[in-house]
Amino acid sequence: MEAMTMKLNGEEVTVHIKPDAMLLDVLRDELRLMGTKEACGQGECGACTVLLEGEPVTSCLVPALKAQGREVMTVEGLASAGELHPLQKAFIEHGAVQCGYCTPGMLMSAKALLDRNPHPTEEEIKEAISGNLCRCTGYVNIVQAIRAACAE
Amino acid sequence: MSEEFSFVGKPTAKLDAPSKVTGQAIYGHDMRLPRMLYGSILRSEYPHARILNIDTSRAKALPGVKAVLTAKDIPEIKIGWARDHPVLKAGKVRCIRDEIAAVAAVDEETAQEALELIRVEYEELPGVFDPEEAMKPGAPVIHADAPNNIQEKMRQSYYHGDVQKGFQESDVVIEDRFRLPFVTHCCMGTSFCLASFNPSGDLTVWSSTQMPFLYQRDLSMALGMPAHKIRVIKTTIGGAFGSKLDMYPFEPICILLAKETGRPVRIAFSREEEFVASPTRQPVICDIKSGARKDGTLTARQVSMILDNGAYSSWGATTPLVMMLTISSLYRVPNVKYDVVVAYTNNPYSGAMRGYGNPQATFVLESHMDMLAHELGMDPMEIRLRNANQPGDVTGQGVKITSCGLTDCIQSAAESVSWKQKRAKSGNRGVGMASMIHVGGGARIYPSDGCGSTVKVDDFGKVTLISGSTDMGQGADTVMAQIVAEELGVPVENVTVINADTDITPWDVGAHASRTTFVAGNSARLAAADAKRQILEAAAESMGDSVQDLDMKEGRIYRKGEPEEWIPFEKMVRSKHFQLDGDVVLARGWYEPPTEKQDKEYRGNISAAYGFATQAVEVEVDTETGEVKVLKIAAAHDVGRAINPMAVEGQIHGGISMGLGYGLYEELMVQEGRVLNPSFADYALPTVLDMPEIDSIIIETDDPAGPFGAKGMAEPACIPTAPAIANAIFDAVGVRIRELPVTPEKVLKALKEKQAREEEDR
Repeated sequence: MEAMTMKLNGEEVTVHIKPDAMLLDVLRDELRLMGTKEACGQGECGACTVLLEGEPVTSCLVPALKAQGREVMTVEGLASAGELHPLQKAFIEHGAVQCGYCTPGMLMSAKALLDRNPHPTEEEIKEAISGNLCRCTGYVNIVQAIRAACAE
Repeated sequence: MSEEFSFVGKPTAKLDAPSKVTGQAIYGHDMRLPRMLYGSILRSEYPHARILNIDTSRAKALPGVKAVLTAKDIPEIKIGWARDHPVLKAGKVRCIRDEIAAVAAVDEETAQEALELIRVEYEELPGVFDPEEAMKPGAPVIHADAPNNIQEKMRQSYYHGDVQKGFQESDVVIEDRFRLPFVTHCCMGTSFCLASFNPSGDLTVWSSTQMPFLYQRDLSMALGMPAHKIRVIKTTIGGAFGSKLDMYPFEPICILLAKETGRPVRIAFSREEEFVASPTRQPVICDIKSGARKDGTLTARQVSMILDNGAYSSWGATTPLVMMLTISSLYRVPNVKYDVVVAYTNNPYSGAMRGYGNPQATFVLESHMDMLAHELGMDPMEIRLRNANQPGDVTGQGVKITSCGLTDCIQSAAESVSWKQKRAKSGNRGVGMASMIHVGGGARIYPSDGCGSTVKVDDFGKVTLISGSTDMGQGADTVMAQIVAEELGVPVENVTVINADTDITPWDVGAHASRTTFVAGNSARLAAADAKRQILEAAAESMGDSVQDLDMKEGRIYRKGEPEEWIPFEKMVRSKHFQLDGDVVLARGWYEPPTEKQDKEYRGNISAAYGFATQAVEVEVDTETGEVKVLKIAAAHDVGRAINPMAVEGQIHGGISMGLGYGLYEELMVQEGRVLNPSFADYALPTVLDMPEIDSIIIETDDPAGPFGAKGMAEPACIPTAPAIANAIFDAVGVRIRELPVTPEKVLKALKEKQAREEEDR
């Protein structure tokens, strides 16, 4: 077991993990942050997307030790001071959530986009979530929600 | 029409959206119980083999393993509607899904490692992987009690009128064969089960089931334990689309492991296991012969189908019962014959999947409609308008069509894609359309098609709807809340919905057949009306008025005609409660749709309403690569009334993405009984980049039996897409593809063949 420290959702956190543990498993099983989902375990669906130093990564394939000393943000870190993030509000208002399993990953991919590009075109939005699979919504309302969040 | 309503007809954010966008919603996969163990399943290495020996000794000895079960450790249990599906296999295996052994261990890693320590000796048997081959004499026999490999219980023959006479009266008759492939649900949340016994032997199962009460009954029969000792709790579901409409071996296995270890056991499939072991959409081989008069009137339709049952019988084999509705009743057809034979093979078996056979049947019929139109030199839109179902029709199958907006759907969809301007133009672009009919008011395939609800109103004005219905993410809970709010007369924010705990909620048959809004909605409406009556009666007594002079809207009780002088309704609830002979507000509703069970010839009005839709598509075909780009889809859906237009549109968008995948991209490649592409890397699920422009057109026909006029519409959204695309491809480049998915290879091959034929003709 190795000790690992990271800045998770703005807080310093230390966990003891197996050296070959993936970041997704550490978040869910050690830290009990269940918001990030596993839907394929092979980096192909985007459901496990978190931000590592602001970059969207598929946490199911990221060794947890890669986050050592770094900043990680999960869906639980989006809201602040009791206020939902504009993306979260937009997803609710625009019908972008059905079963919701892809939602945390979608939100994190969208956040990464808006942080680097506050006024993306529709094409840029689609590119940013092209690695996030959804079976319920047909993506239409998700794209609309992200556009609406940009306008804020 | 919707201005008179406060909440019905208004786009309403889903009740569960806030917990889902914050990561707070707890899905089955997120649950951790104290002392919980992780279950894993060893599946067969061969699609058809005798099991000579199973050695679990090394697995049992692995530290952290708490139980290993094989067939000899459990009573012989066979599940599925045909009772042909052993939970753990002994003697022989019949497909690569077959569950041979199960392990419970302290963590996932150990549970998987233990599987590798189990030694199975097989004697491989020749397998059969095609239903036509399986029915030939001399084919390997899969189940001893079906020596010809035919699932006799699903051999069906339907007719109305006389097709031979119909063909004689036709000016054009065409015949073709179509093939529909294996595709799979790809729910983002994989299959899951969590089971725990208490010391008295009462079982609680947390499940993503779409049918908690039938599941409870199935479990009782499988486990040989009384149903009243079983509690089924539906977790937040990560997608279902019909995959959770049956009970599969992994579920009793999970429970048996819990029983054996005396600890909670959880099984959650990996994605690869999901692709391999979760049931598919039913593949179909279909021969169709259609006839029409030269003015386009349909005369006869003769359909025969061969279905691959796979190794065991799940709901896929019963899809003919739904396909029959389309074959007998889509458009006015005076003479119909429909025969089905279902054959066992060593392929994976199929289950229920959104549309339940209707996408398959509609692909065949709607392709053939266009092919008839082509023979007649008619506009495909015209032939559909000529034969469109109308309100009041009673079809040959005894289907009573009440509300019907099919003509409106056809015309609206066509207009949206500029049909007249774009059809039959030179170049590589084309337009096509397809319509559909589906049950929209329940489906009487079980002794009861009903749903129970209770409504309680507390002293603070909080309204709780307790419903038997199942929300699997489609938004049923929110629609129920809107219905209750509207009927009772309270703000929708006051309403909470609790459902799917079989200890708490009244009975419902399950979320299938697009029945929830209609059946559970009507049930909720009845309960809300009862609650309103109780409150107004209390108010009448308290205010000295008569009940008929009072009304309640958005939480305010007032005398009719004097809405400015109101009192808050919760005040009346409190005053009714806090008195010597007081009472609380507790209301009930039970709704059973006024429908008929089919007779022995499959005739009967099994639904209280029918939904219709037309999707029109514009495509561009690249004749160099064979790639088809869908430019726009116009989807016109007759939903009766859209109680939550945002949810209706969400279903249309999602359904289109599924229909698009079925038409162009998706195929579960099964070869010699094995799944070759069990991953998202190799199974082409549509991404955001594949989605065309979508115009959702909501057609409201105000159904007389639906709650506030609503009909079911969630399955319809994925039904017409694939045939509309195939028809558009024909309009664009003149090739007819009869097998899905329409891959670039198929298009190129067809284009080459067309070119060769044209050169020959010169």
